[in-house]
This record gives sequence, C-alpha cells and structure tokens, in this order.
Amino acid sequence: MDNDQPNVTADGQIMIETKGLSRIYKTRGKTVEAVRGVDFSVSSGEIVGFLGPNGAGKTTTLKMLTTLLTPTGGSARVAGFDLRKDPVGVRRAIGYVSQAGSTASEARAGEELVSHARFYGIDKHTATQRARDLLAALDLADIWERKCGLLSGGQRRRLDIVMGLIHQPKLVFLDEPSTGLDPQSRANLWTHIRKLRDEIGTTVFITTHYMDEADALSDRLLVIDKGEIVAEGTPSELKRRVSGDAITLTFRDDADARQAGDAAAKMPGAETPVVEGHLVRVHVPDGASALPALLAELARADITATGVEVKKPTLDDVFLSLTGRSLRD
Amino acid sequence: MPTILSDTWTVFSRAMLLSVRQPLWVAIGILQPILYLTLFGPLLERVASVPGFPPGDAWVVFVPGLLVQLGIFGGLFVGFGIIAEWRAGVIDRMMVTPASRVALISGRVLRDVVVLVVQAIILTGCAYFFGLRVPIWAVLIGLVLIAMLGAAFSYISYAVGLMTKSEDAFAPLVNTVALPVLLLSGILLPMSLAPAWLQVLSAINPFKHIVDALRAIFRGEVLSPVVALGLVLAIALIALGAWFGNRVFAAQTK
Ligand SMILES: Nc1ncnc2c1ncn2[C@@H]1O[C@H](COP(=O)(O)OP(=O)(O)O)[C@@H](O)[C@H]1O
Ligand SMILES: [Mg+2]
Repeated sequence: MDNDQPNVTADGQIMIETKGLSRIYKTRGKTVEAVRGVDFSVSSGEIVGFLGPNGAGKTTTLKMLTTLLTPTGGSARVAGFDLRKDPVGVRRAIGYVSQAGSTASEARAGEELVSHARFYGIDKHTATQRARDLLAALDLADIWERKCGLLSGGQRRRLDIVMGLIHQPKLVFLDEPSTGLDPQSRANLWTHIRKLRDEIGTTVFITTHYMDEADALSDRLLVIDKGEIVAEGTPSELKRRVSGDAITLTFRDDADARQAGDAAAKMPGAETPVVEGHLVRVHVPDGASALPALLAELARADITATGVEVKKPTLDDVFLSLTGRSLRD
Repeated sequence: MPTILSDTWTVFSRAMLLSVRQPLWVAIGILQPILYLTLFGPLLERVASVPGFPPGDAWVVFVPGLLVQLGIFGGLFVGFGIIAEWRAGVIDRMMVTPASRVALISGRVLRDVVVLVVQAIILTGCAYFFGLRVPIWAVLIGLVLIAMLGAAFSYISYAVGLMTKSEDAFAPLVNTVALPVLLLSGILLPMSLAPAWLQVLSAINPFKHIVDALRAIFRGEVLSPVVALGLVLAIALIALGAWFGNRVFAAQTK
C-alpha cells in the first residue's frame, strides 16, 4: 500500500484529481445521470467550495470521492490514493461529514466520538483528549454525557463535524455543514474551518448551496449544475468573469446621458452601455477602478453625474448567467 | 488480520453499551418466552400423554422449541435497528473509516448473540423451576446451537434491512418469513402430532430439524443422526447468513 503513496501528496501539490468521474443511478428502470464526467483538481491546503443547487450532484460526487459510492465512470485520486485500487488508503487519509448526520439518538456524544476514533487505531486516551479539545473548539464542551438525540439541531451538526475531524485527516469533505445552524454558529464554524487550514494545513472540500458561505469561505469554487461543472475559479474571478460590476450613472438630462454613454463604451472591457433617459447602465470588469477615470473624462467634457452606483455581482448573478436559473430555486 | 478483530470489538462494545442502556427491549424479549412457559407449558403437560407425542416429558419437548423461537426471533427483527442507524448516518459514518466491512456487521451480530444467550439462560433457568431436568452439558450445547441460529438470522436481518432501507418494506418481509417458519417447525407443538401432509411440508423446513436436534440433546442423545443433522443445518445457516450479510454490506457502495 505504501508504494501506492505517490508523488502527488509527497510534493504537497494535488489532493484530489478526478478524470471524467461520473455516476448513473439506476432505480426501477429509470436512470439518473447524477454526475456527468467531472474533471477537477484540488491542491493541498486549499479550501474549495462545491457550489450548486439542490439535486446538482454534490452529494453524489462527495460519496464517490469518499469511497461510499462506486463511480460508474471515470477515475479519481484522493489524498494520493486511487479511488478504485486503494479505497482503504483513501479512507485512512480523509474525513467526511455527511449531510445525513453521523450519530445515533440514544448514544452519548463522548462515547460516539471515542468509538469512532478507535476505527482509525487511535487509543482511548488520545481519542478522549482530542474529542474534548474539538468539542470545546466548537462550543460543545459540556455535551460529553448527553444523548445525541437530545442535542439541538445545531449542536448535533457540530458534533458531526467533530466526528469527521477526530482523526486529524489531511483532507476533509463537508457536505452542507452549516445547514440548520443559526447565523452565529455558522460564522463560528467558518472560523474553525479556516483555522483548520491555516493552522494545520488541512485541505477542505465543502459543498454548499448557500452563496454567502461559498463566498466567505472558499479560496476557489467549483460550480456544479445538473451533474456538470459549469464554472471554476476564485469567487471574485467568477464574479468578474461572468457579469462584471454594474455601474449606474444618473445625469441632469438625456443629452448628458447619451454623451456619457458614448464615453462609457470606450472603457476597457466595457459591455455596450444602455442609455435610458437620464440613466446610463454599463457593465465593466472592475467598476471600482474604472469609475474614477470615466468621471474624470466626463468632467473634462463638462458633464457632471448627479448619482453614481457600483454594484458588485453576487454568486447568484454568476449562477444565473451560467445556467439561466437562480441558485435559490 | 488483527484490525478485523479490534474493529469487531469496537462495533460490538458500542452496540452492547446501547443495548444495556435500553434494558426494556431485552426485558420484552425475555418476557415473551416466559409467558409461553407459564401460560402454555401447563397445557402441554396434559397433551404429553396423547399418542404421537415424542419421547421425553413435556418440558424437554417444549423448552427446546421456545429456545429456537427465541433464537429466530431474537435475530429476525434486528434489521429495524440498522435501518434507523442508516437513516441517522451512522452506517455511512462507519463505512468511511478504514474499519473492516466484515467487522461492521459482525460486531453488531455478536451483540445480538450475547443478548440472545443471556435471554436463553434466563429462560432455561425459569424452566428449571417449572420442572425441566436436563444435564448441564446439554444446556451448553443447546446454547451454542441457539447462538448460531441467532447469528444467522441476525446477519440476514441486517442484510435485508440494509437492502430495503425502509421499515415499511422490511416489516411485511420479516412477517412473511416468520409465520411459516414458526408454524412448520413444531416449535409449539411437536410435528409428530401432525397429519402426514403437514409432516412432509415441515420436513423441508430446516428449523424443524434444529428443534428436533435440540430436543434430542435435551433428552441426552448427543450422538444421534438427528443431532448431527441439526448441527450441520445450523452451521450451514450461519455460513449462509454471514456470507449474505457481508455481501450486502460490501455492496452498499455499489
Ligand atoms: N440513491 C439514488 N438513487 C437514485 N437517484 C439518486 C440517488 N441519490 C441521488 N439521486 C439523484 O441524483 C441527483 C443528484 O443528487 P445529489 O448528489 O444528492 O445532489 P445534491 O447533493 O447536489 O443536492 C438528483 O437528481 C437525485 O435525485
Ligand atoms: Mg446533497
């Protein structure tokens, strides 16, 4: 097994690499192409957000990468191990926080954690210590003796996360981890996830259908829709690439607006401006830096804008322009 | 492979802890055969004198039947538990660890067997007070037989539970299996009392032979062909159950 430990992670370079990874579900004669040949790679130490609406194929992809589901096509290397040839190698290296939870209602939180750690060969003493530290880090210090079924939704969700981290995996998969958390717990969770990467270099692969989460947390995003990756890049790259910033200028009269429209069209990277009465609307790649130049040029022509607005696009705009649908649907 | 053993132990001790904390279910499991002992056993004492009743007194005939029933039903319903665990994400959570797949199911089966053996010991102890007299070694062999039977059913029940993943699909399946097995095994009344056609039908039922074997053991006949057949069937059943259970567990990722 050790000789299968390849150059990939030794170099500290690639943590996940998929080639044409796909999954077809067959149930009662119906076939669902849940994941249609996705290719992507994740570097060591990255936080990658896997963003897509419900039913896009996020969980299916994650289950394949965590060895819970055999791909029907393609291949992948995870944490340096071939998914098909060495699933046990993959399992040793990764943590997984499933969308479905991880604990039995009647079981006590601390005991669930320690028994889980035993599967990784961690002794009871170390497991107990780590479990207590992790619980404390996620504001769960006093739940050790509590039955999992009696925890609040948010507490139980955070317990799932502790479960997935108990063996200190170098790569962790989180499937919609913040579902059911209140805003403060979400912020807290994000902080903890960032710390995991910053302090111990954990690679994080996190699915979400919340654009604010994807935006706040990810170094890089993979946008998935209907089983295909439709875009890839940093959140700001994606936003810039897809729609740019929307600049809206208001003028005293239509003539000024028309003249300003002509000037705006000459801005580098600008789409054709739309002039409506007193208003000019134009998309540019980077509004904040383009605007001062435009205003200065208008001033030279003795035109003054009476109102200026720059709107940064959201990831929802990105998704909308990619698929024609909103993420919120 | 030592990890398969330590993993089995981890799964077993977690499951055992959960069972010990829920003594109600264990109690209900034992209450049923005790009700049979008190409310049905005395009836059988009368029937023991009719022609066709097998050798041995009523208790030597009746208690093996109850033990086999305990073994079958103790194992048969555990599938409900694994459906609940699957829904809670516990199964996936364990499958994503390097733990041996065989251990994940076998640790649970082992817990069921321990619970079952404890119930069987209580049952046999109670039967002693009703008048059951058998040598201790016969009881020990009986317990081994019941443990194998329970393990086989437990494997199969977990497998079917995981295949259906729904109580609504699982419950009718289990009941469909349970009733003919119970009626055709002579658990309550010996099949030697049955008309010929029913005897033929029950001869196809392996559990009838296991009950017969246990009755023979309780009569002190260890070296009879009846006992050999029963033991072979029990071994075959546990092999089949373990094979099937492990196959279904491994196929979870399909
Ligand atoms: N076990 C399954 N059998 C059949 N279809 C499934 C199964 N699991 C998921 N699907 C289908 O596959 C598609 C992708 O599902 P999923 O990966 O859960 O999406 P997401 O996690 O992005 O919401 C959906 O259309 C879903 O209905
Ligand atoms: Mg999902």
